[in-house]
Amino acid sequence: MEHVVIIGNGISGVTAARHIRKMSDKRITIISSETEYFFSRTALMYIYMGHMKFSHTQPYENWFWKKNNIELRKAFVEKVSTENKTLQFSDGDTLHYDTLIIATGSKPNKFGWPGQDLKGVMGMYHKQDLDQLEKYAPNPNSCKRAVIVGGGLIGIELAEMLRSRDIPVTFLVRESSFWNGVLPEGESAMINRHIEQHHIDLRLSSNLKEIIADDQGKVKGVVVQETGEVIDCNVVGLTAGVTPNIDFLKDSNIELGKGVKVNRFLETNIPDVYAIGDCAEQHEAIGLRRPVEAVWYTGRMMGETVAQTICDNRIAYNPGHWFNSAKFLDIEYQTYGWVFAKPKEYEAQFHWKHSDDTKCITISYHKNDRRFLGINTFGIRMRHEVFDRWLTEERDVDYVIKHLTEANFDPEFYKKYEEEISLSFQNSQLQTT
Amino acid sequence: MNTKIDHSLSLASPEPKGLSTIQKIAVAVGIAGLIILLLAVFNVDFPNRAIALTLSLILITIGTVLFSNNAYLTTSEGIKNDGVWFKSISSRGLLGWIAGVALTGFYIILYFYPQFLGQTAADKPNTGLIALFDPLSYLLKGQPASQWFVYGTLYTVAILVFGYKFLLKYRHNRYQQLRTVSVMFFQLGFAFLIPEFMQALNYPYYDFKNMWPLNYYFFYDWNINGFLNSGTVGFAMLLFGILSIFVISPFLTYKYGKRWYCSWVCGCGGLAETAGDSFRQLSSKKLAAWKFERWSIHTVLVFAVVMTIAVLYSYIGKNPEKSFMTKTQFVWGVVTFLSLLFAVIMIYRRNRLDKDAKFAGGAVLLTIVGVLLMNHFSEGNSIFFVKDYKLQKAYGFAIGSIFSGVIGTGFYPILGNRVWCRFGCPMAAILGAQQRLFSKFRITTNGGQCISCGNCSTYCEMGIDVRAYAQKGENIVRSSCVGCGICAAVCPRGVLKLENDQLEGRINSNEILLGNDVNLMDYVNNK
Repeated sequence: MEHVVIIGNGISGVTAARHIRKMSDKRITIISSETEYFFSRTALMYIYMGHMKFSHTQPYENWFWKKNNIELRKAFVEKVSTENKTLQFSDGDTLHYDTLIIATGSKPNKFGWPGQDLKGVMGMYHKQDLDQLEKYAPNPNSCKRAVIVGGGLIGIELAEMLRSRDIPVTFLVRESSFWNGVLPEGESAMINRHIEQHHIDLRLSSNLKEIIADDQGKVKGVVVQETGEVIDCNVVGLTAGVTPNIDFLKDSNIELGKGVKVNRFLETNIPDVYAIGDCAEQHEAIGLRRPVEAVWYTGRMMGETVAQTICDNRIAYNPGHWFNSAKFLDIEYQTYGWVFAKPKEYEAQFHWKHSDDTKCITISYHKNDRRFLGINTFGIRMRHEVFDRWLTEERDVDYVIKHLTEANFDPEFYKKYEEEISLSFQNSQLQTT
Repeated sequence: MNTKIDHSLSLASPEPKGLSTIQKIAVAVGIAGLIILLLAVFNVDFPNRAIALTLSLILITIGTVLFSNNAYLTTSEGIKNDGVWFKSISSRGLLGWIAGVALTGFYIILYFYPQFLGQTAADKPNTGLIALFDPLSYLLKGQPASQWFVYGTLYTVAILVFGYKFLLKYRHNRYQQLRTVSVMFFQLGFAFLIPEFMQALNYPYYDFKNMWPLNYYFFYDWNINGFLNSGTVGFAMLLFGILSIFVISPFLTYKYGKRWYCSWVCGCGGLAETAGDSFRQLSSKKLAAWKFERWSIHTVLVFAVVMTIAVLYSYIGKNPEKSFMTKTQFVWGVVTFLSLLFAVIMIYRRNRLDKDAKFAGGAVLLTIVGVLLMNHFSEGNSIFFVKDYKLQKAYGFAIGSIFSGVIGTGFYPILGNRVWCRFGCPMAAILGAQQRLFSKFRITTNGGQCISCGNCSTYCEMGIDVRAYAQKGENIVRSSCVGCGICAAVCPRGVLKLENDQLEGRINSNEILLGNDVNLMDYVNNK
């Protein structure tokens, strides 16, 4: 019987396994050195915050795997020999595969900062990072201050986590405004203010120079590049993005770039070896997407796709319209289609912000034909299905504004803002024409 | 693997973030109020009971209000679940167990040993705790208090003060606010004040919103006689009760799902949603718990139906002059109604029922019909072999007292706040069946946006594994869902929305979620 081995039990690998099981009775083994069972990585923050226990982050009960005949193995793959289709584990054991799926995800970036490997320095990606944080920052008595380096989605989540335990946080952000490589100016500025309202010491345009140790090799402070200021702290969170977690493949024959190089069928240069999720790198970017997409949803979608190919329905990875979501402290964010931080030359943007400074939207449309290109929405929930359809139907921006109510997904009895948005849009059009 | 110490059983303060000074003071104030009640239980005779009772209730209220203000008004609006699993009271820690034992003990005394609360024989003045409530009872209805008056008052106070806490906790969420104001209103007005005033006016005690079969004594002879002896008003009450069961409730459930009752109106739901809110995360989400739930709740429903049929049958036998129909007409009426109901479900909705549900439903129907007809035509006195008063007594003890009271509320801090609603309430079973089969209500999943984090499942008080549906892009159409809306509130990605919409496409299931290749979605989902 064909043996499909999946390295990595995150959303990509597990989705692939589930779909392969649905379509076939191939032998399936999932290998992970991180945890015994699949858990939702995106939920790690809620464990530290006390919203959930670790077991709540597991989408399937433990009996699920045996019942569906999916073998789990907790081990670390040290080497992949594609010549004889064998994996070598760090404990010396080996495993033969017929088909291999690499789904090892990412690891936090470290840019060679002095002191980046000290005790009390951690990323926030793996279960082990959470255990580290629990050890070094259990409460404000043990951790007088934490410094977070890197202003992205994980950075703001880590800040929220630490604040939930009243630990003072300094947030070093390289950019001049939070996540402004992705968010247009108005949105980014609103989030800046929201961060400060949550008593987070936000330092924009600030880089880390070095991390200072005490006598025991533990973090005692950081030095800010721009000012030379020393900030005393007990924990440093490194959240300056992630890179594909593929070091164990360096000596294999599998072609690597930033990640594992794959074609549109998620196939590597070696037959029967596939790569999906955060660790996969497309030879050529798909549409406006990046070659490496470290996003939950794309990982899941690649898992869904690769399972088809492995079960003899060879199909290209062909994601639909871009979407994503996040939550910045109390403000939810959703995006559908493309809204660029620095508008492309063909792109016009309409921005509306509510006076309470917690809700705003940005709608992007084509300058020439007024085609709707995408929307960012903060503090107002909107329907994925509706925007996906409008994007496919290539509706123009006027249609979208007029029918915005159809896309509203806020709970019942919530205040509606479509009228205000529509008025604001009319005004903006008058000004520009 | 998970090496983290279980904080909750630790005696030292394990919380990373303990109570603030103001919160500690607030707790002390509230406990002072409770101590007055406790002193009364131990027969401390207060010089002025009215003042002592007022003081006690005011202290409890001030304590809770002060605590809530400090806990929620000092922070931003948003989800406030920080530290829920670190706090002893809300994570089955020592305080949780103490609270569970205390509540359970209170219910056992209330139901079975009211003399310890000061309940005396009819002609003697109350003592102890119940006597403390005499002034309020006289004020409302001109009669001395009883154990049920004490219970009703404390129950109402609990819903009001914890309702206030809930309102602050969810002050960013209008759905939560409105439904909380609604349960507070129905508890204070319909469950507490109106029935007391009615009694003062010599009408029967009647809580208009408390429907059969939750109100299992609605068809008991003393209750029916009470209505029939109270002229037009009494008759109108009886009629309203019957209309509620067969017309009003099915209509509202069709339009809005069972939430219109369970989390907007019902008193049990009201307590669960307010005082019980801190325990919602304790409900089990295991598949095994769901399997158990399906059997237990429907067994209680069958018990309630059988008991009520027996009670009515014997009532008609004893009071032919007051009855609209003869015993034979009644028996045939019941047989016809149940058979029709079953037939309609099997004809229009058989695809939505599991095999075991169909078999169990059919078997129960056949048994009831068979036993009814056999006993009726063999001229036996009791329609279900056992005397109706014995069935009544057994139901009142096992379901009315033990299940809904002692376990249902006493076990809040251990099994979660909806134990009764989930495993026992026959009303919830009926509304749930209708919600599953004939209702516009569903929880919509927002395309492919779910990140499987598990907040929805964790905070579902009914133990529904919401995530299991959301991560498949599938709408949630579960009979047990009471529509509290907390899953939608705690979702960090805006994936869930409670909606009333067309019946068409209400139940959907996707293997491949929105966002992926359109051709692949079509290929797999429509296969």
